[in-house]
Amino acid sequence: MSESNGTVRIGVYVCHCGTNIAGIVDVKALTHYAAGLPNVAVSRDYKYMCSDPGQDLIRQDIRDQHLNRIVVASCSPHLHEATFRNATRAGGLNPFFVQMVNIREHDSWVHTNHAEATLKALDMVRAAVRRVAHHEALEKARVSIRPEALVVGGGIAGIHAALTMANAGKHVYLVEREPTIGGHMAQFDKTFPTLDCSACILTPKMSAVKNHPNITLWTYSDVTAIEGYVGNYNVTITRRPRYVREDLCVGCLECLEGCVYKQAKVPDEFNMGLSKRRPIYIPFPQAVPQTPVIDPETCIQFKSGKCKKTCIEVCGDRHAIDLYMEPRTEHIEVGTVVLATGFQTYDARRSPYYGYGTYPNVYTALEIERLVNASGPTGGEVVLRTGGHPKSVGIIHCVGSRDENTNRWCSRVCCMYSLKLAHLLKEHTGAEVFNFYIDMRTPGKGFEEFYQKLLSERVHFIRGRVAEVTDASLHSSEEGRLVIRVEDTLAGFVRRIPVDMVVLATGLEPRADAQEVRRLFNITCSNEGFFLERHPKLAPVQTFTDGIFLAGCCQGPKDIPDTVAQAGAAAAEALALMDAGCVETEPNTAYVMEEACCGCKTCISVCPYHAISFVDEKQVSAINPVLCKGCGTCVAACPSATIRQHLFEDEQIFAEIEGILEYA
Amino acid sequence: MPEEYEPKIVAFFCNWCTYLAADLAGTSRIKYAPSTRVIRVMCSGRVDPQFVLDAFAKGADGVLIGGCHPGDCHYQEGNYKALRRFRLLQRLLCQMGIEEERVRLEWISAAEGDRVRAVIDEMTAQLKSLGPARRSHAEAA
Repeated sequence: MSESNGTVRIGVYVCHCGTNIAGIVDVKALTHYAAGLPNVAVSRDYKYMCSDPGQDLIRQDIRDQHLNRIVVASCSPHLHEATFRNATRAGGLNPFFVQMVNIREHDSWVHTNHAEATLKALDMVRAAVRRVAHHEALEKARVSIRPEALVVGGGIAGIHAALTMANAGKHVYLVEREPTIGGHMAQFDKTFPTLDCSACILTPKMSAVKNHPNITLWTYSDVTAIEGYVGNYNVTITRRPRYVREDLCVGCLECLEGCVYKQAKVPDEFNMGLSKRRPIYIPFPQAVPQTPVIDPETCIQFKSGKCKKTCIEVCGDRHAIDLYMEPRTEHIEVGTVVLATGFQTYDARRSPYYGYGTYPNVYTALEIERLVNASGPTGGEVVLRTGGHPKSVGIIHCVGSRDENTNRWCSRVCCMYSLKLAHLLKEHTGAEVFNFYIDMRTPGKGFEEFYQKLLSERVHFIRGRVAEVTDASLHSSEEGRLVIRVEDTLAGFVRRIPVDMVVLATGLEPRADAQEVRRLFNITCSNEGFFLERHPKLAPVQTFTDGIFLAGCCQGPKDIPDTVAQAGAAAAEALALMDAGCVETEPNTAYVMEEACCGCKTCISVCPYHAISFVDEKQVSAINPVLCKGCGTCVAACPSATIRQHLFEDEQIFAEIEGILEYA
Repeated sequence: MPEEYEPKIVAFFCNWCTYLAADLAGTSRIKYAPSTRVIRVMCSGRVDPQFVLDAFAKGADGVLIGGCHPGDCHYQEGNYKALRRFRLLQRLLCQMGIEEERVRLEWISAAEGDRVRAVIDEMTAQLKSLGPARRSHAEAA
């Protein structure tokens, strides 16, 4: 309380933020006004308060002017509260004697009228000046950080993050939903702009994961629960039964041939349904782990119980096939989590005017990746669904991207992978290739050069959003072919271009269950549904939940180099936490004023963290500060006002209300 | 009523969703009525009904509470607690002669910067047509 700290001497610091604030709010008037408020000893304005000279003003004034409270009117506390707390501490004052006033995000950036914005700033500063008088010295609590990490998702992002942390000596649990790691990158043929083979650069990293002594790999598994807090997360993982035991299987794959299905009949997910697999399968030859999985949906034994079980016979005394396998639950404790759950491609059926699913020779880009791949369903031979080789191909860009009716964002990779596919299709078939684009977007190292190379390869580029793909012919040259109708916006007329094959460059979007995953990990999604980073520029891999980091396309569309860079950054941030061994937490916990507690236990029922217990001997509630996360719900619920919350004390908030309304 | 009457709204925004949404409105340069003064709380569950009563007693024309969407609370269920209290509080305020429109609870996620604008603009317009709370207060008495 103010009394216990002697005379309150407040310093008010008004930031111009260049013209961001000063362009709308009259900072001079605000500074002058603040100087006249009760207990204010110093009031200054400065161009950039967050800069070193700005912070120096605070440090200097604390010493020279004997200040014991600081109010900084600048930007959001989410951006610079830590900065000004540190400056205050450096000046020799407890860092919790600071109150920030958000006159940028909440004022100058959202209002246009100078007088009204200034008036609002006056109210806000007055509220903070009143509030800060009630601030108290607080100490941050320290929480220890466990040295283990969880990585969710085994695509290139998860693989890279896991390897980085494991190489640094941390134990990593890598959890993947599919039967193998590798993600989308394993499906790609070559990578732009270098055209190096995707498998050649990915599969060594997959084996490294499998063989790393510091990595526990659980495929075909899901994270089903997570509890705890930064440094100490308790995670529950459910491992679905693959009906082949990883510990006994030697990876000979004889069981695949031994299956009673002599012909593979089930659409192969890895090859986008362009080939067939048996009920017992491995997704692709380089899969990690090299353990087959039995799909109970299609296995005769699971469907009817009347199979000869030849797979078990073939497996013989290895006894790796176990049809009675049950789901297994693993409980682990980790200090940090890296989410690398990836993306899904836009479902081209949602744009029916492009004929996907109607015309057999309309393909998605991912299908073409498999079709041109030497280990793909056709061994790299580009064969149409209707047979034969295409003599001309149309690649339609921005399918499910940059479109008000589907997804508004640019998926960032489609221009480049369309160029790559154009090159590969031309190389494989000699076909004439047309690209239909809105804008060519090739920012990246070597990307523009790749575009120029394609231009010199005489690939056609037609600027315009395609209206439709149709099989209705108007001319003999169009008969039996697919006609792409497009307004060529450079030539200025509508064209009809007959082709044999249409490739839809489908965009990237959040996974269908992104919202569930977000809730599970207590993080946030941005508007389009990708996971939200803590700050778009300054904290791009952090989330609003401490100790949980983001890597790869779950945060937004990006290419492989950016994904790997981000995964490395996420791993480094997690390592920084784990290597520090402990973290300081915000001291905003609730506490009970024992002598006034009536023992009604209302608080116990509202606490979601079981942080409040009842002390029978004293007949009062007690709050465990380690478990308390500082939401303050019990404080508001306490009928006798005996629960209080550090940093959000009742009198602090009442003072703010009073400050806001003083001259109302 | 004089044309320049600008209602004053005291807003309690939770740290994780609505306060961030207001920050996002700022970084997106979305423009809205300058009627609202935000008090940051960690969770909408921290909003003691006394805060709301006190704001009206001290002359606020409206009180806006912003929290995370149901199911999205950073603290699991603080927003549900806020909702339960809010319903009771609304009845109490009505009995005191404070119109329903003057107190509002809104779920605004960190991604919904434009919703901050929509809610504040709509509430401001409603309060403008109602006039100052003190006047209606006096009439009720």
